[in-house]
This record gives sequence, C-alpha cells and structure tokens, in this order.
Amino acid sequence: MAVAQSINGVMRRLPAGTLYIVSAVYAGWEFWRALNQLGPYLVEPINVLERAYGEIALILMVAGLTVTPLRKWTGLNLLKFRRAIGVSAFFFVVAHFLVFAILDVQSVSRVWEEVVKRPYVTVGMASLLMLIPLAVTSNNLALRKMGAASWRKLHKLTYPAAVLGALHYLWLVKGFQIEPIIYLMVILALVATRYLTFERKRQVA
Amino acid sequence: MAYRWTNKMTKADVTPKSAYLNRRQILAGTIGLGAIGLAGRASAQGGLEPNTLEEITSYNNFYEFGTGKNDPAQNAHQMVTSPWSIKVDGMVDNPGEYALDDLLAGLSVEDRLYRFRCVEAWSMVVPWNGIEFADILNKVGVQSGAKYVAFETVVQPENMIGVQRRVLDFPYVEGLRLDEAMHPLTIMATGIYDEPLYNQSGAPTRLVVPWKYGFKSIKSIVRITLTDREPPTSWNKANAREYGFYSNVNPNVDHPRWSQATERRIGGGLFASRQDTLMFNGYPEVAPLYAGQDLSVDI
Repeated sequence: MAVAQSINGVMRRLPAGTLYIVSAVYAGWEFWRALNQLGPYLVEPINVLERAYGEIALILMVAGLTVTPLRKWTGLNLLKFRRAIGVSAFFFVVAHFLVFAILDVQSVSRVWEEVVKRPYVTVGMASLLMLIPLAVTSNNLALRKMGAASWRKLHKLTYPAAVLGALHYLWLVKGFQIEPIIYLMVILALVATRYLTFERKRQVA
Repeated sequence: MAYRWTNKMTKADVTPKSAYLNRRQILAGTIGLGAIGLAGRASAQGGLEPNTLEEITSYNNFYEFGTGKNDPAQNAHQMVTSPWSIKVDGMVDNPGEYALDDLLAGLSVEDRLYRFRCVEAWSMVVPWNGIEFADILNKVGVQSGAKYVAFETVVQPENMIGVQRRVLDFPYVEGLRLDEAMHPLTIMATGIYDEPLYNQSGAPTRLVVPWKYGFKSIKSIVRITLTDREPPTSWNKANAREYGFYSNVNPNVDHPRWSQATERRIGGGLFASRQDTLMFNGYPEVAPLYAGQDLSVDI
C-alpha cells in the first residue's frame, strides 16, 4: 500500500492529457516509420502498420479495464487516466480501421464486402461501432446531461467491445498462436472481475 | 505434357547485383515522399520485375521460426543445414538416405523467374535457381503404382522457436499429386539470385510450385516419399475448411477469412495498390492437370 500511495502521489501531479500527446506522437512515429520502411516496416509496411495500431488499441483496452480492479485490490488510483486511456484506445481502433480501409483494402465496396463476408472483420467492426457512443460521451458535459447512472450503464459497452476486439485478433491469425489467446483470456478475466467481486465484498462485510 | 520449360531470359534480363542490392539506397533518397517505384530494376521475362534479395529474404513465412514476417530472418540462422541428407522412400526403385549433393549430382541447375503468391494475398517475384523436380524423381525411379509425392521439413526443436511453441503440428508436411510434381514448372530450388538459399527461404533446398499458394512450396526438405495415397498436409490438418490439398492460386475461390481476388505486390511501400490475382498465379499451362475437376470443390 505504501508503494501504491507514493505512485498515487506522482500520478496526481501528471495531467491526464499527457496520454493524448503520447498516443498521437506514438501513432505518428509508427506512421513515419511505415512511410519510410524502417525497422519492422522494411518490406511490407501496410499490414505491419495495421497490426501495430490494432495491437496498441487492445493494450489500451486492457489498461482501461485494469483501472478499477487495481484500485480495489492494490489501492493504486489511476481513475483520472481512465477516460484518456479509453479515448486513446478508440483513436487507435479508428487508425487501425483507416489503414485497413484506405491502405489495405483500398475501396469502399470491398471494405463493405469484407465486413459482411468475413466474420472476424464483422466482429472487429462491431467493436469499433460500440466504441463510437463511448467516445462521443467521454466528456463532462455528456456525463452531466446523461446522469451518472445511465452514463455508467452505457459505458459498460466497453466490456463487449474489448471482448470482440480480442476475438477479432484470435480469429484472424493462422495456426495456434499464443498472443491473441493471452489477450482474450486477460480481457475475459478483467470483465469477469466486474461480476465476481460481490463474493469478495460480502466476505469483507 | 512432358516438355521442358524453356528459359526465355537472356543475360541482358538479369538484374545486375548492384541494382538489386542498392534499391534501399535509392529508396533512401525518396524518404518522406512515398514516391516508391521500380528504380534500379532491370526489366525481365514476361514483364516480371524481380523483388530485391533483401525483400525476398526478410519477409517470410516459416512458422518453425515464429509467426511474424521478420521472425524467420531473425531466428533461422540457428538452423543447422550442413551436412544435409534427404530420405527418399516409398514407391521408388532406389530408396535411401541421400546426401544432398549426391541426390542432385549430375542434374542441371536452371534459372527460373517465378511469381510467388502467398495465401495471405501478398506476392513477390523470385529469381530462383533450381532443378526440375521431375529430374530428381527420374533419378530415384518412381514405381508404376505411385500417385503422390509427400514431403517433410526438418525439425530441430532446439533451434526452432516455433516448434517449441507448437504453432502447427510439426514436422511440417506437404504433398503433390505425381503429375503436379512431374510438371516442368515444379522445381527443387537451391538458390536465389545465384546465391545459396538463405535459411529463412528454406535452405539448403526447398520445393517451388509456382501456381500454388506459397505454403505448398515446402522448405528445408528432409524426406521425399512416393505413395499411392493422398498424403496429409500441415495446413489441411490445422484447418481443413480453409486449406485444401490442391491449394491452387484461384482468384474465384476466397479463403474463408480473406479474399483471393486481388493481391499486394511486396515492395511497393505504404501506398502500393492492389493488383488482380491471376488464375493459377498466371501459369495457365497447368490447367490441363485439373481437367474434369471442379476447382471450387477441389480447393
């Protein structure tokens, strides 16, 4: 707890908006490397960039889902950053989609065809669509207008969006690959904590 | 059907080494512009522009060394490729464990500039050096009842991180019908750009079947078996619905998870446009092999 307290102290002084700057710089840096075919982008930059944006979106979704359990179980309070984490995740999902649509598939009709015909694309698209109302309402005005209860209810869409994102990844890989399985299991476990914690609460009470 | 593939290239068509090695430097001059063209490449047979050695050897699928495209180039140096022997067994007159040099001795290595199409919808053009596979089969003597050729890739668990992770059921196995294996387009490659195969490309020798998706062109071969039964193939075992035995390049039959109608040529950069995929990857001369077969069923 002492460690958590001191981290909390540092975090209090760090503005949440920092994450937006870090995200934008990171996205821009990856794009620049892809454009100039540096490092992992040496030979075939399009799919690598698509993958990079998608993966960072998943990582941010995991991070966003970790905030509440961390606070409950370790006392580490990152609540202040949760909105920025979520909105950044949305930003990377959109970037991932744009690389897919514009650079990879390259035509509106083909994008539509992919969404309709390929279940793993359908699932990814569903995740993106779920995140839109969340991104739009991620501001204090929307929170006030909607009221805390219904706002919180709407934002539970985070859970299916994250699960579908992980499923999308698992579904697209060839062969038995461990990374997408880990993402899916971690996300399922984090969502499960929302529904299993009452056991714990009862014990404490 | 038994004709020899004739090489229409002349020395003038060969991309000079300085050009295929230097393309990165030419590209470096265009950094930030995205203006990436075919600078520095000589034109070649049938309008095919070979990819650079760097592109060919740094963007690979060789799941024994990991699933990322860069993984094989990073991890494959650990594979031991010398000495190398290939077990030839099954319905052959001269079975045995052949040292690679003995198996290939006396056979002529030819230059073959082929399109290479991955099932993941990307493609390259590769200037292979290799031996017509039919020559090898004739050397070992195929018995009359044989109908299929089965292949197996080396397994070196301590040197292959993908084998440790069990990405697929290793050893990797592949197979061809005998007439496919005997087709003059089918080669056993021993080099690219007149250099010995890099490990990530399937050293010391690999199959090349240019009208089929890349995974049929099995790498680092240690066993060749002649059989009268259709042999199992690794991707078919992993997912039969998505990977059939034939796996011919066919723009009209989609892979369930992605379209095969178009492909992206490797090397075009971030704004490369897609191009239409050709039936049999642009090798219509193999069509008679499949006369009477419904290629939307026999995938």
